[in-house]
Amino acid sequence: MSISQPTNNDVTRTKGFAEMIEYVTVTVDGQLLGLAIDRVHDVFVASEMTSVPLASSEIAGLLNLRGRVVTAISLRRRLHLADREASGRRMAVGLEHSGEAYGLLVDEVGEVLKLNPEALQPNPVHMDPRWAGLSQGVHQLQDRLLIILDVDAVLQFDTQLAA
Amino acid sequence: MDDLLREFLTETAEHLDTVDVELVRFEQDPNNKAILSNIFRLVHTIKGTCGFLGLPRLEALAHAAETLMGKFRDGMPVTTPAVSLILATLDRIKDILNELEKHSVEPNGSDHDLIEALERMAATEVHTEASTAIAPASSVGSLTYQVLERALLPGEVPLDELERAFRETPGPEATKPESAIVMPVESGTAPVSAEEAAEAVSAKVQTIRVNVDTLEHLMTMVSELVLTRNQLLEISRRVEDNSYKVPLQRLSHVTAELQEGVMRTRMQPIGNAWQKLPRVIRDLSAELSKKIELVMQGADTELDRQVLEVIKDPLTHMVRNSADHGIESPLERKAAGKSERGTIRLNAYHEGGTITIEIADDGRGLNFAAIRRKAAERGIASEAEVERMSDAQVAKFIFHPGFSTAAAITSVSGRGVGMDVVKTNIELIGGTVDIRSETGRGTTFTIKIPLTLAIVAALIVASKDHRYAIPQVAVLELVRVTPGSEHAIERINGTPVLRLRDRLLPIIPLSKVLSTSSEEDVNEGFVVVTQVGRQRFGILVDGVFHTEEIVVKPMSSKLRHIQLFSGNTILGDGAVVLIIDPNGLARMVGSGTEDGQMQSDAALEQSSVENEETTTLLVFRGGGESLKAVPLSLVTRLEEIDASTIEWLGGRPLVQYRGRLMPLVASDEELEIKREGMQALVVFSDSDFAMGLAVDEIVDIVEDKLDIELVADRSDLVGSAVIRGRATEVVNIAHYLPLVAESWMRSGQPVGMASSRSVLLVDGSAFFRDMLTPVLKAAGYKVHSAGSAAEALGLLSSGTGIDVLITELDLPDRSGFELIASLRSSTRYAQLPVIGLTVRHDPRQVAQAHKLQVTELVAKFDRRGLIAALAELHGSLEEAA
Repeated sequence: MSISQPTNNDVTRTKGFAEMIEYVTVTVDGQLLGLAIDRVHDVFVASEMTSVPLASSEIAGLLNLRGRVVTAISLRRRLHLADREASGRRMAVGLEHSGEAYGLLVDEVGEVLKLNPEALQPNPVHMDPRWAGLSQGVHQLQDRLLIILDVDAVLQFDTQLAA
Repeated sequence: MDDLLREFLTETAEHLDTVDVELVRFEQDPNNKAILSNIFRLVHTIKGTCGFLGLPRLEALAHAAETLMGKFRDGMPVTTPAVSLILATLDRIKDILNELEKHSVEPNGSDHDLIEALERMAATEVHTEASTAIAPASSVGSLTYQVLERALLPGEVPLDELERAFRETPGPEATKPESAIVMPVESGTAPVSAEEAAEAVSAKVQTIRVNVDTLEHLMTMVSELVLTRNQLLEISRRVEDNSYKVPLQRLSHVTAELQEGVMRTRMQPIGNAWQKLPRVIRDLSAELSKKIELVMQGADTELDRQVLEVIKDPLTHMVRNSADHGIESPLERKAAGKSERGTIRLNAYHEGGTITIEIADDGRGLNFAAIRRKAAERGIASEAEVERMSDAQVAKFIFHPGFSTAAAITSVSGRGVGMDVVKTNIELIGGTVDIRSETGRGTTFTIKIPLTLAIVAALIVASKDHRYAIPQVAVLELVRVTPGSEHAIERINGTPVLRLRDRLLPIIPLSKVLSTSSEEDVNEGFVVVTQVGRQRFGILVDGVFHTEEIVVKPMSSKLRHIQLFSGNTILGDGAVVLIIDPNGLARMVGSGTEDGQMQSDAALEQSSVENEETTTLLVFRGGGESLKAVPLSLVTRLEEIDASTIEWLGGRPLVQYRGRLMPLVASDEELEIKREGMQALVVFSDSDFAMGLAVDEIVDIVEDKLDIELVADRSDLVGSAVIRGRATEVVNIAHYLPLVAESWMRSGQPVGMASSRSVLLVDGSAFFRDMLTPVLKAAGYKVHSAGSAAEALGLLSSGTGIDVLITELDLPDRSGFELIASLRSSTRYAQLPVIGLTVRHDPRQVAQAHKLQVTELVAKFDRRGLIAALAELHGSLEEAA
């Protein structure tokens, strides 16, 4: 997990309650997850994906996004969830990491939420460590819980394993 | 930093590089006034500019160096210490320039050490020489600043005169033939001299300096344009709306030309990467007490500057290696019966879409026993394995990381950059390195690199439901395989192989390496015959689409570890496609590639190549039943065009091709150019002229030994040959040219030389060289060819035995007469019979030819006349013998 990486959220959180943070919410396998909006470039439909043989399992393939080649990463696989059976429209969240473009494949993209960072609670201690490594904490919404994803951690994984 | 200073820095750096090279030459040939003049002038220019810009340190140094060189000019003997001192001064100047570049001001510091040494050196000689020195050397050092301020005025007049005198003396260009025979090293300076010549003749060739970033940006935009064009073409293929096809065609042509143009701006002669080498070799020779000569050929071969940057260091490293490990000490060489002076030969030339660079030394060769031992020690292979391996396989071990057999680490080698780094660097840009070595005879490294990195032609193939791109450079041929047919996949213990022309080709099913299919025995599809280094193998794919110019995009860092892919690209239809790296594929199929059957296969081929030279031929049908063939190297493209697009002007067929009108000619009188349907064309082109040969169908591309029997009665044929067991007519392209183009001959084409046995053909056009070579071979001559006078002189000076020279009179770099004149002035070739090829009949030419004892003048298209002239010559030589 990336303890050493102070993210934008950490920085903003210290600035007091007036500073609200906006999150793009997505769903995978029924779970609501949030991505800091300043990391999200765009949201698009992932069509015509080229699969890459021999790549690590998290990599779903390559996409052409307006003339740019984007590496698509399956959030389900990053969270060690089973692949979705129904193959409808696949939504992707466009992210950037070390100068490269990525598309994070999710089940659905929801609304944008404005939340007070002071309300962010740490991960429950018994959270699956594989999830905890990708999560910065949990927001309690009225009817459900929102896990805040650490974008850098999500995009950082060992590629050599698959080789 | 202001523009003036920046300009100065760039220019001075170039000048200094030239001076480096020239000085080394001068040391070896101290009587060559032209070289000295050139050096003197460059240093003087530097000095003058420094004074103008107010850079006292640089000015003082340059002045002191200039003074010493002035002594040389006055007849002071040129000694190694003196040259070393000047080189050291140049190094100091370079240091100061570096600082200047960083901080825009001259660094503080004193150069008295060097200046005094220079003065002392200059002064010693004053005592022994009649004192005609231009500058009062003794006072220079202490009064540096003022001397320059004041001395410039009185000093300027004689220097100006000097300079005029220098300009009036024949420049380096004119003396090149002579010096090239002595030492072809200087070819690397050719571009620079050209630049200076331009300066002198007041900008005959206009150039401007453009920021590299600007060019890069332009390149990126053109790449995007190519992509968009491809997408549009893809759409137009699907949509039946003809209204925009014409403008689209036009867009396509323009894009192609734009792409070509932009690519050309990125091209630089490889000599730029070689510039530092003469100095490196000189310093090394001194350090290692060896005698080494550096011969550079093909310095004007151009390649993409990005590629150039990448190979610069590996090249220097390899040359250092050759000097350190390869070349023996003079004593050892003598004992081995070789000349004391070792030779390192650099050679660069174009070959297909790639550039080949050879680095050859005539040293001791690799110590195979030591490498075997080391390989076993390091556990790379077991002892038993190592013993079984051929020398060629063993040689490859030197590319393993950290592999060094050097008994002692010298200051030259063993600095941590190994051959593995060299190999990695070269493979990074899609190149390959190969090594051949013979104990006692020397080692040759062959590097093959693509011309450019950004846009490559690729073959699009399918495996399962996915498409992949394979760089065209690696593809030799395509073979369709079906069970039960002539080409069927067979298995040895489950490993698929294909019998291809009596050789077993290892087959790698793409789906298997990609793990996309568990099916073990795929037997149908296409085999893409691929060559990596000397290894040949077939990639089995399910389908083959078309060839497309693709813009290579780098792999995501998450995927870069997969060595099978070198990048990805977006095709015309918008799909992302992975680019297969044949090198990676060869590596992936295991160590088996390096030392298994492929290697033995390669060895087999190597021996066959050595025994007989094969030619790759394009076989086609065109009129009549018999097969026709033409050397593939002559062919620019194969096209299939819609016959309705052929336009008839005055009864002559023309077609719009790449934005120009291209004349068509039928390959046989019996063949009628179609008026409808599709017409197959074989396109031949020279730099700015193209011709389409209409044929019935393209049959195949084969590689075979070309053994031509001449036919006497038909000018459209060179002769006939047995190709792949079938009698085939070899077409004489020269026959068709006059039918369509007078313009073809406008650019100079030199023909090389022919000898009673061994002929050197000098011609600027590869096309004509390729065309005449088979003709001459057919007449029983051994043919060497050269594309320029410089190359020809290089060949001659390398000791290649040549009996007759056939040269085009209008060579690209120099007139054929100059070439002949320089030969006549050398003792060795004063009597060499020469046949001149001429395009037009010109009495003045005849007179000059007569003066230079040109044996015969033959019209360029008259191959029969040429053969007759050679035969006559041959006869007279025999009589004399």
